[in-house]
Amino acid sequence: MIDKTTLWIVIIGLGVGSFLLRFAFTGFVGDRQMPAWLLRHLRYTAVAVLPALVAPQVLWPSATGGEPDPARLAAAAAALAVGLITKNVLGAMMAGGVTLYGMLYLLG
Amino acid sequence: MTTTTVKTAFLKGLADGAPFILVIIPFASLFGLIATEAGLSVLESLVFSLVVIAGAAQFTALQLLQEEAPTVIVLTSALAVNLRMAMYSASLTPYIGSAPLWQRAFAAYLTVDQSYVVAISEFEKNPQMTVPQRVAYFFGAVTPVAPLWYIFTVVGALVGTQVPDSWALDFAIPITFLAMIAPMFRTLPHVLAAFVAVVVSLLASGVPYSMGVIIGGLAGMLAGAALEKRLAQKGAGND
Repeated sequence: MIDKTTLWIVIIGLGVGSFLLRFAFTGFVGDRQMPAWLLRHLRYTAVAVLPALVAPQVLWPSATGGEPDPARLAAAAAALAVGLITKNVLGAMMAGGVTLYGMLYLLG
Repeated sequence: MTTTTVKTAFLKGLADGAPFILVIIPFASLFGLIATEAGLSVLESLVFSLVVIAGAAQFTALQLLQEEAPTVIVLTSALAVNLRMAMYSASLTPYIGSAPLWQRAFAAYLTVDQSYVVAISEFEKNPQMTVPQRVAYFFGAVTPVAPLWYIFTVVGALVGTQVPDSWALDFAIPITFLAMIAPMFRTLPHVLAAFVAVVVSLLASGVPYSMGVIIGGLAGMLAGAALEKRLAQKGAGND
């Protein structure tokens, strides 16, 4: 059983901490000019952090106990390929979803 | 008419964020379900989602709480999972940094993977957007996400039906993020940044507190920026 005091410390601590992480730059830097070298690096935040976040989930999904799963690998490849070729986000999501369920059905 | 364009931007954000409805509903429900199974009341589950509004960090905290890990470890681990939010914040600053403070505070609270990736791809695609339009777009993009996160936390906590593993809902998040990122690979440095980030993240996946994501992300950003600078210098040299 989770201790209620601990729970509230965690909820409030995590809330404050998460807000400060999110406010760190938008809030405290605001409209002050950031140096060119920093902006150059920040341009790659999205295309670096999100793939870094997703890669282990694609290769070693926790749902399969960390074992690489052909259905999930194919679904990821399909979403990425359709996204790259068509630049259409919804199309890419659907390609990934259809591939995932199609493969799960075929392999299941 | 500024008000018209701001409203248009909000509606466009709303439309672009809408696909995440399919992802948020199952995950919020799952959080509510797991939270009540761990002994949280419906109200406690809702407050958790309201105050923290970060799926992965909430799941991490809940799991460690159940394992009766020391409070400091629970907080450190969950905040480490959320460390990427600081990188999102830095990345958004050049676009919305001059908005009024209260708007930036709200935007900060609502900075999650989904709102960030939708907003940043729009801001990059349309650099002529004004700051009020960008802020409106951002709030539009997060509107299909945040309220549903709260509502379905409660629904999950109340209903508590087990979602079968065979639905493979774990994979909705990777697929949506891949679909969002793919159209952003416009230049060679973008592709290199993603490639390096993936390789380093996989190599560093054993690093505790989910720091592999941060290490991989930073490595990718360094690689992308380095190649961009190199290509620019080469281009300048040829002139």
